[in-house]
Amino acid sequence: MPLITYRKALNDALAEEISRDENVVIIGEEVAQYNGAYKVTEGLWQRFGDKRVVDAPISEAGFIGMGIGASMLGIRPVMELMFWSFAYVAWDQIINNAGQVRYMSGGLINCPIVIRGPANGGTNVGATHSHTPENFIANTPGLKVVCPATAYDAKGLMKSAIRDNDPVCVMENTLLYGESWEVPEEEYLIPLGVADIKREGTDVSLIAHGRAVITALKAAEILAAEHDIHAEVLDLRSIRPLDEEAILNTVRKTHRAVLVDENKPFCGVSAQIAATIQEKAFDDLDAPVQRVCSLDAPAIYSPALENLQLPTVSRIIEKVLQIR
Amino acid sequence: MDAQCSLEAMPKLPNPMPIVTDDEVAVDPADYARAEINASLKPKQKIGFLREMIRIRRFEQTSLKYYNQGLMGGFLHLYIGQEAVAVGTVSLLGKNDHVITAYRDHGHALAVGMGMNECMAELFGKATGCSRGKGGSMHFFAPDKNYWGGHGIVGGQTPLGLGLAYGLKYKGLKGCALCFMGDGAVNQGAYHESLNLAALWKLPVVYIIENNKYSMGTTLERSSAMRNCLAERADGYGIVWDIANGEDLYEVRAKTASAMRRAHDQSLPTVLEVDTYRYYGHSVADANAKKYRSPEEIERYKNHHDPIRLWKKRLIDEGVLTEADADAIDEAAKEEADNAAQFAIDSDTPSPETIFEDVYWEVDNKTDAGSTGKHFFSE
Repeated sequence: MPLITYRKALNDALAEEISRDENVVIIGEEVAQYNGAYKVTEGLWQRFGDKRVVDAPISEAGFIGMGIGASMLGIRPVMELMFWSFAYVAWDQIINNAGQVRYMSGGLINCPIVIRGPANGGTNVGATHSHTPENFIANTPGLKVVCPATAYDAKGLMKSAIRDNDPVCVMENTLLYGESWEVPEEEYLIPLGVADIKREGTDVSLIAHGRAVITALKAAEILAAEHDIHAEVLDLRSIRPLDEEAILNTVRKTHRAVLVDENKPFCGVSAQIAATIQEKAFDDLDAPVQRVCSLDAPAIYSPALENLQLPTVSRIIEKVLQIR
Repeated sequence: MDAQCSLEAMPKLPNPMPIVTDDEVAVDPADYARAEINASLKPKQKIGFLREMIRIRRFEQTSLKYYNQGLMGGFLHLYIGQEAVAVGTVSLLGKNDHVITAYRDHGHALAVGMGMNECMAELFGKATGCSRGKGGSMHFFAPDKNYWGGHGIVGGQTPLGLGLAYGLKYKGLKGCALCFMGDGAVNQGAYHESLNLAALWKLPVVYIIENNKYSMGTTLERSSAMRNCLAERADGYGIVWDIANGEDLYEVRAKTASAMRRAHDQSLPTVLEVDTYRYYGHSVADANAKKYRSPEEIERYKNHHDPIRLWKKRLIDEGVLTEADADAIDEAAKEEADNAAQFAIDSDTPSPETIFEDVYWEVDNKTDAGSTGKHFFSE
């Protein structure tokens, strides 16, 4: 199987879906002639032309809202946010229009739109550019949100997101764009709402999404090598819909859970997962559920400190050792 | 407009607007009845417009009665006084023309052909409502009639209207989107972003500003900076604009038709500001409705600028309608509205299970995607 980058996997997914469905159109800042601020859409404008790959001015509320309106007519826009942090200027459009219009119309309307872009800290760009709003999106019934951790997942989830008839937010990660994974050449889809065990284990469950999965895998490696603790790493992949069964199954297997989350701890994704575990697998637990989240302050600029602010391998190991 | 109106202190633009070069409209600016789009109207159609305006008014008056009895929830933003705008514009719609508006949406809904029953039942929060009791007064929808709501956030629908236009152009359909908004919405950023995109990408959208002079309780002059009028801001984007007198159905039709032709034939946007007035408050719950403007001002509009009264007089003068005809139309509309209220009262409330319906298309349609993973969470 060829090794391709997370970026290329997304690019392939977009190209395949543009070719497959004439209603798929990519719209965003610098996506066409500039080839994408993070090169996710590289070459697509040259290949598919002005109609299918459209450069938008810096006007997120306007063009995201426009995409939502077009999706009501059956167009399938894939809207790029250069950063998910910029979603806040389009928040009314995403939350109120994409998220609520189906409900408020009693099911008469649906919005098959994808809004995608990176949502991560760790690149020393300060608090305004480092938001992880997956918890906000997941808190909005009507929206879906996925956070792929690998190239393989990014491609399969993106293709499913584009074919989904509901609004799907795809949160990528700039620190993963250049990382490579094995990705098959033949077409495949990954359904939304299916978690994936990235590493089998018996002693503790590390439950994560997005790049936190990669951090958890590194921690699991060290736990095995240095502490003889065999951690299972469960990648949620999709936050809403959520694979609750997979969460409960791994906890029932290992009886211990450490949740790893680049979201903030207060009302973050891990808070929801912890609530689910205590409610539905309380008797299976041999220790309290632990969490390793981003430290609860705005994302700091200082490179030295931001690396500490995000979940680190050492903080994961420390939490696991506390409940071993 | 009435010279006594406090807003008359603001300079008005000469009429016709210099930027409008459309021959048809310019034929005789004093009498839009002679514009081609109106000259071809048959008496039956003209009477039909009267009927539509009266139906809207009777529907809303009836809804007000029941709202005041406590039988409806939330807000009730009445359109009474503005009826000629919705009826005049919507009368021009073709197969590929679409409508979207803000929360003062009952008039547009009935004008596009939604039934009184489904609309009234929605106000009562009943299962038979057009949105199954999930939207309420501000959120009426009928995509089968090219009517895309009914949107509660001021200006929030302006990018959606743009998207409808984008979708039409993308699909190669000759049509346009009429995106209605209030005068308060012109100060929202989303509207200006939409204007920029509309001009930049040459999208067939017509922004119709229904200027009823008040954004909730704040007068036009206290909320909007302008030289002469609100539509003129379109100049900054190189968008053609115009103003229309909303009490004259002929003028509303003539100027909207001109804007729609620009959209259809050249795929270009227009901003059309329609001068109008609402008799009731921002919503019925607007306790200060008679404090931020004088009762005399409201009476003046009712007595001298009422679009239904003026249209009726016009049709009588033209010899196509008698008082008796008008009374019969009014009686029928009252009866229809009363029957709609009875229909709503007799309808069932939605069952609790429906709370989780209409959230996700995939779940409602029981697809694989809709049954994979957990979509709803209990406490």
